[in-house]
Amino acid sequence: MKKVVSVLLTAALAVSMLAGCGSEEKKDALYIGGIGPTTGGTAIYGTAVKNGAQIAVDEINAAGGISGYQIEYKFEDDQNDAEKAVNAYNTLKDWGMQILMGTVTTLPCVGVVDKTGADNMFQVTPSASSTDVIKGDNVFQICFTDPNQGTKSAEYIGENNLAKKVAIIYDSSDVYSSGIEEKFVEEAENQGLEIVSAEAFTADSKTDFSTQLRKAQDAGAELVFLPIYYQESSIILTQADAMGFDPIFFSCDGMDGILTMENFDTSLAEGVMLLTPFAADAEDEATKKFVSTYKEKYGDTPNQFAADAYDAVYTIKEAIEQAVADGAEITPKTASSDICDALKTAMTKINVSGLTGGEDGLKWAETGEVNKEPKAVKIENGVYVGM
Amino acid sequence: MKKIDLTNMKKTTKDHLVTYGMVLVVYVIVQIMLASGSLSSLMQGLLVPLTIYSVVAVGLNLCVGYLGELSLGHAGFMCVGAFSSAFFTKCMEHTGMNESVRFLLAIVIGTLVAALFGFLIGIPVLRLRGDYLAIVTLAFGEIIKNVMNVLYVGRDGSGFHFSIKDSASLNMAEDGEMIINGAKGITGTPHQSTFTIGVILILVSLFVVFNLVNSRSGRAIMAIRDNRIAAESVGINITKFKLLGFTISAAIAGAGGVLYAHNLSTLTALPANFGYNMSIMILVFVVLGGMGSFRGSIISAVLLTMLPEVLRGLSDYRMLIYAVVLIAMMLFNWAPKAIEWRERHSIRDRLRNRKTKEVR
Amino acid sequence: MTFLTHLINGISLGSIYAIIALGYTMVYGIAKMLNFAHGDVIMIGCYAVFMSMSSLALPPAVSVVLAIVVCTVLGIVIEKVAYKPLRKASPLAVLITAIGVSYLLQNIALLLFGADSKSFQSIVAFPPLKLAGGNLIIPSVTIVTVILCIVIVAALLTFIKKTKAGQAMLAVSEDKEAAQLMGVNVNGTISLTFAIGSGLAAVAGVLLCSAYPTLTPYTGSMPGIKAFTAAVFGGIGSIWGAFVGGILLGVIEILGRAYISSQLSDAIVFAVLILVLLVKPTGIFGKPIHEKV
Repeated sequence: MKKVVSVLLTAALAVSMLAGCGSEEKKDALYIGGIGPTTGGTAIYGTAVKNGAQIAVDEINAAGGISGYQIEYKFEDDQNDAEKAVNAYNTLKDWGMQILMGTVTTLPCVGVVDKTGADNMFQVTPSASSTDVIKGDNVFQICFTDPNQGTKSAEYIGENNLAKKVAIIYDSSDVYSSGIEEKFVEEAENQGLEIVSAEAFTADSKTDFSTQLRKAQDAGAELVFLPIYYQESSIILTQADAMGFDPIFFSCDGMDGILTMENFDTSLAEGVMLLTPFAADAEDEATKKFVSTYKEKYGDTPNQFAADAYDAVYTIKEAIEQAVADGAEITPKTASSDICDALKTAMTKINVSGLTGGEDGLKWAETGEVNKEPKAVKIENGVYVGM
Repeated sequence: MKKIDLTNMKKTTKDHLVTYGMVLVVYVIVQIMLASGSLSSLMQGLLVPLTIYSVVAVGLNLCVGYLGELSLGHAGFMCVGAFSSAFFTKCMEHTGMNESVRFLLAIVIGTLVAALFGFLIGIPVLRLRGDYLAIVTLAFGEIIKNVMNVLYVGRDGSGFHFSIKDSASLNMAEDGEMIINGAKGITGTPHQSTFTIGVILILVSLFVVFNLVNSRSGRAIMAIRDNRIAAESVGINITKFKLLGFTISAAIAGAGGVLYAHNLSTLTALPANFGYNMSIMILVFVVLGGMGSFRGSIISAVLLTMLPEVLRGLSDYRMLIYAVVLIAMMLFNWAPKAIEWRERHSIRDRLRNRKTKEVR
Repeated sequence: MTFLTHLINGISLGSIYAIIALGYTMVYGIAKMLNFAHGDVIMIGCYAVFMSMSSLALPPAVSVVLAIVVCTVLGIVIEKVAYKPLRKASPLAVLITAIGVSYLLQNIALLLFGADSKSFQSIVAFPPLKLAGGNLIIPSVTIVTVILCIVIVAALLTFIKKTKAGQAMLAVSEDKEAAQLMGVNVNGTISLTFAIGSGLAAVAGVLLCSAYPTLTPYTGSMPGIKAFTAAVFGGIGSIWGAFVGGILLGVIEILGRAYISSQLSDAIVFAVLILVLLVKPTGIFGKPIHEKV
């Protein structure tokens, strides 16, 4: 019986294996795939991207699609693992993907860009922020690179004389966090900032930050730099409050989301400063519309990942329209490699006025790095106020 | 007496041949499918991971099934094998060394380094029993992962620089090149793991374990597993044989790690790939495939690695279903009631009964 | 003063580990199985409190009782469905099943509550204790945690010593077959143990999330593993062992982070564990294994 079950399972798998091939049916839509973690500890980012992009796709489809073609959109889970991300990428290829919007997190993205480079598949990543991601000429980023954020943060603190004694709490097991920290320390020296304590935590011990905070307090830090995500920041703010430690907290785009975290006492975040490309309570029409649609459909307030994904889809749309205007042919039947060649040149010509682009919009260099200015905001009375 | 021995021998030899044959047949089928282009991209991408997990599962089965020791740290050995081999490959990348020779050396280095770690860790660990041993192997695995995350190694004109703080404290010259960059690990390792090499590694590790368990040493290892005191009383050197088994098991896991490192262009020590979660996943392969059955390990490694991929159609529910399938399979395979039911409803028995009826 | 602060933080973290470890150790003592799903029961307990406080607007005390009920029932159900059929199977099979249950609980929580983390409002609402002119501040949740931990340990020890059910537990953990022959209801005792262990998990969950206020479907897994380590540290199966092991682990983790390296704090914890086990192979309070031929 045991063997029979095994045999049956093997047979079922063999069939599904074969089922993947020969998908040369008639397509009448542009196939855009997405990859990111929708299960596992980082599921929140993948889910935000999945949903944010879905809203953009729905809007575009309702408005008549991209140069007359509807978008078919499919999102696959990678559990924040490079190997699973490659599996997800291959699954999407079997599905008929022509353009990839992903991946969400950096490490899986480094694994996938290798494959997209080899296949010459056009790729826009909403949020993978390491510089390793854009090594190939087929990959473009919507978010800032980590080094960029680190340098900009130190510059901002130095130029505005926010503090002289700075403490850092960062996640040494995370690429995003340690990437920012590294450049921040480098630039801090140029700005004449004194790093009085630089304490780390890891993915395996991110519940208690009392030690790191106490060390920062003892070292007399006037400002604590937090190049980390808002979940850990929420604990840090709570614990700092409990121990009566009240420095300036300065953070990057990972902090965005703290005000909308369910049940969080936002008075704790009062006075926190951050560099972020997106603010969910911005007053412009586009943001308002996006936020209300997102809330209606998914019940949450979107964070910057959702906004980046929304912009990523619109970026793809504009790039395709630019390419078509330049004479390229992009239809549901065009091979992904041909699309990629056309879009690569189109990307450097377009200027997308997205949710995260600020006043000047998003522009790209040939390297794939985005050119947009981070905005510094301060939390006052529970809302972001520009600085 | 002699005759019985002979038939026994034949049975095990036959069993081994079936296992080798199974691997070869699958290999040939896959090659044919590849040549005819009838293999989906997903499957093509999965081929190397499947061989990786098969190799590691074979290694762990030697430890769990034959040595009788529960190890929750085999991902640590994979990690060591992966990093040491990728380090070697990165160092040799610009020396113009022949790529195949370099990869072959990388496999040897990864395996040997993992074996060395297995040996060093095995000396203290194997003094412990049961769950205490399990937790200490888990602890070693976690330590390896944690240290890898803060290890910075760079190279410039004046040689190698090490640090366990950050990249700035390496004090490298301008032309310096980071090789292991802390949490970012090693990036840009060339893709050299192929299905063929993976299959060869499976066959080699099968060859090693089959020969070991059927040798004098293997019988000593099993004697220790079944009754330590009795084994000791007949003069078997417990430490020596346990250490032998554990080291070989670690070495095989390290070889799997080499394949892993050369399959993706990014290599980092994360909880997902080299943490206790991975050790547990490999243990699941071994237990589900049947402890002591190397063929079973390979089959269940392949099936369970493919399962979540095949379930992708279920989107949000896929990991939920995976968990349910896992529990159901365990209950079905191990619960005494289920075993009884299976025996009563065994298809093979029914067929046999029918045959006997026909004869009547 | 700084050292004292670190020490208090360590004891606070350690007390939570200790309460979780008690659940591990009790189940291990009776059923001889590592209940890998224990950490996830904690997470379910947290969500139960969170939902009843935020959605049903119940007062904290009622929510905690509700969470204890939810976890107790959950513990009994898991035992009945997943572990009981495997009572006579290999311990490894049960271990793998427990891992399956752990995945299952995580993914159910992911589907029910979503992946975004929730901020947990501390259920301990009185102000912190200030000593030495404000130099030493002890958060109220720390005080509650430490006191509760001691109370629970004392209660458990009395329960096992003084009550019939407790004596039955002791008997079952010593020798299942013999206990059965003496008229002890083995299945009932095992269910009771799971119930108590899971109830404790709910308490631990509430304290964990009150002290470190974020809640995701994966909140329980790492504290679960650390507490399991703590239980082994102290000698698995021993209540005193879980208590001492938990506190020690917390203190080592915090002091290691404070005085050696914050990047390597996990490695330090595990290294100390290894050293202890090498000197005392069955943990601090573990009984030596007597081998029979």
